[in-house]
Amino acid sequence: MSDAGRPPLLQARDLTRVLEETVPVTLCEDVSLSVDRGELVAVTGPSGSGKSSLLYLLGLLDMPTHGEVLLNGRPTHELSEEERARARLETIGFVFQFHFLLAEFTALENIMIPMRRLHRLSPNEQTARAEEILASLGLRDHMQKRPDQLSGGQRQRVAVARALANDPPLVLADEPTGSLDTHSSEQVFEILYDLVTAQGRTVVAVTHDIEMADRMGRRIRLIDGRVVDDAKNPAFKNPAFNC
Amino acid sequence: MKLLLEIAFTHILGRGRQTLVSIVGVAMGVGFAIAMAALMEGGQVDFIDSLVDTMPHVQITDERRTAQLQPAEVVFEATEFRGLRPRDDPRGILNPTAATASLRSWAPGDLAANLSVSAVVRFGGAERGVSVLGVEPRDLVRVSPIEEDMTVGRFEDLGGQSSGVIVGRSLAERLGADPGDSVTITAAETISRRFKIIGVFETGVVGTDERQVYMLLKSAQVLSGRPNAVNDIRIRLNDPDIAPAVAARAEEMLGYKAVSWQEANEAIFEAFEVRNIIMYTVVGAILLVAGFGIYNIVSIITHEKSRDIAILKSLGFTQEDIRRIFLTEGVLMGGVGSVIGWVLGFWLTVALGAVTLELPGQTTEPVNLPVIYSWLHYAIATMFALSSAAVAGYLPARKAAAQNPVEIIRGAT
Ligand SMILES: Nc1ncnc2c1ncn2[C@@H]1O[C@H](COP(=O)(O)OP(=O)(O)O)[C@@H](O)[C@H]1O
Ligand SMILES: [Mg+2]
Repeated sequence: MSDAGRPPLLQARDLTRVLEETVPVTLCEDVSLSVDRGELVAVTGPSGSGKSSLLYLLGLLDMPTHGEVLLNGRPTHELSEEERARARLETIGFVFQFHFLLAEFTALENIMIPMRRLHRLSPNEQTARAEEILASLGLRDHMQKRPDQLSGGQRQRVAVARALANDPPLVLADEPTGSLDTHSSEQVFEILYDLVTAQGRTVVAVTHDIEMADRMGRRIRLIDGRVVDDAKNPAFKNPAFNC
Repeated sequence: MKLLLEIAFTHILGRGRQTLVSIVGVAMGVGFAIAMAALMEGGQVDFIDSLVDTMPHVQITDERRTAQLQPAEVVFEATEFRGLRPRDDPRGILNPTAATASLRSWAPGDLAANLSVSAVVRFGGAERGVSVLGVEPRDLVRVSPIEEDMTVGRFEDLGGQSSGVIVGRSLAERLGADPGDSVTITAAETISRRFKIIGVFETGVVGTDERQVYMLLKSAQVLSGRPNAVNDIRIRLNDPDIAPAVAARAEEMLGYKAVSWQEANEAIFEAFEVRNIIMYTVVGAILLVAGFGIYNIVSIITHEKSRDIAILKSLGFTQEDIRRIFLTEGVLMGGVGSVIGWVLGFWLTVALGAVTLELPGQTTEPVNLPVIYSWLHYAIATMFALSSAAVAGYLPARKAAAQNPVEIIRGAT
């Protein structure tokens, strides 16, 4: 399935995260997994099972107590704070249950924030790319609106667009449809599906929606911070990766 | 980076009113600092200018810094005497001609050799103790602005008038004497002579106007029974700043006490120093309070925007980026406050400079409050303001940057 000789995009080895409270809280325990390019992975499990915690660890937003995360085969546990930030900027796009758009900026400006921070494209190219992403997500008429002028579904689509700003190979989504109505949920799901099947990205998405999880390529089930089930969906085909 | 600046701007604009209050705080601190410095240094410079104008830059008297042994001490080798009156040296400065010739040869400026004598003036029934200064008028006008203070007659008219005197206006009034009247002056308890008032001066300094009497050096020497004596040499230097060095050299050379104008006014300079310290303390306190205002508002913003901070971090912003955003906010407030403070300070300085004072006892036209315009005042106030603002911004910025984004995102979810 993976390109010959290339390491998996994302790997977790014996990830354990314990919060040192008065009574230590274990968020994740001994999680090992490997995600290849072109996968669309659902992370499911009951509320409080550690799905979000795992996603933060995979996205280098949190540091494991034991174990390590590898991006493109490269260990990340010895990276400095700046290098981890850099990896997030270039390689990872985050989508959360809530949009977390900056209220003072328009949709277009919000999307350009990561681009401007990365500085890889010229300002004109940045604008062009941001407009293109927004248009492809059906937001052509909403580019100049600020978040409070957008509907919930539109905001979440802008948040997805922002996650794609720097063209990351990996998108991590934490219940991206958790606060949306059925129609908007479907739209967002289709966008994520497209990211994988049409654009060749890799998506790991936490979801409560069993029906949605069934349409994805693989399902990892967590209980009490441990992986209890990790199964591929034989019906899932990714034309972008020919599998 | 421009992006960070833009984000900082949105934060500040989102808290317009509080931001404005902090900025006004800084502006007032900077403005008052500038105006106070302008006024204080203005007063100081004005005062020093008038000192330099009116005082001898170096004054040599016939005293010695370490008291010479009195004859009784020499003879009896005792450790202590009581009831002895130190003997005045009636000769004044030894070899005055040689001393003045030498001073003239190396001290760059003008010199006047005088004899200062205590005396009593009588006119009609009135009687006043005075200080007579015997002078060469031509020399004295070179070292003293007395000619400008003359209200009746000219100072140089004294030349050749061995029985003429020039007196202060207050003295003349107290005696009830007018120009042209003859007064009796007694010195050394015995010798009395009559002098005609040929001129009146008014310096504005009460002690001088009430007690000072000028006559020819020769007349003073005769009056005090000390022929050829000189006990007061005044030097006016081309460069007043070298007065301490000139005084030191003169003292070493002649052995008599030589006092520079700086030494004579040491107490005043110390008072200036204390005043400046108080001023900078007050200004520092104002700017510290303004700094608290900035600290407060930046702290509020970091709390209010904690989600934005978390999301920016998840997007790939570093802690340094976050720190810079909030540090920028503090410095922006300090900077804008400073610029407004410049305008305020300038305006206040102009307003203060326009205030006129009617000095009591002065007949001349009212004078303006002395102020000084110096870019240094603006620079120092701005430096104070900016550093206080930077610290005030940095503290919450550091805290915000160190926050764990996961906790915030989790908390918001
Ligand atoms: N700061 C914290 N202090 C104590 N418990 C926490 C903290 N953060 C998370 N937890 C607990 O850790 C567990 C895992 O949380 P989370 O990863 O958010 O689960 P999920 O996303 O699957 O609902 C939950 O039981 C949660 O209550
Ligand atoms: Mg969760």
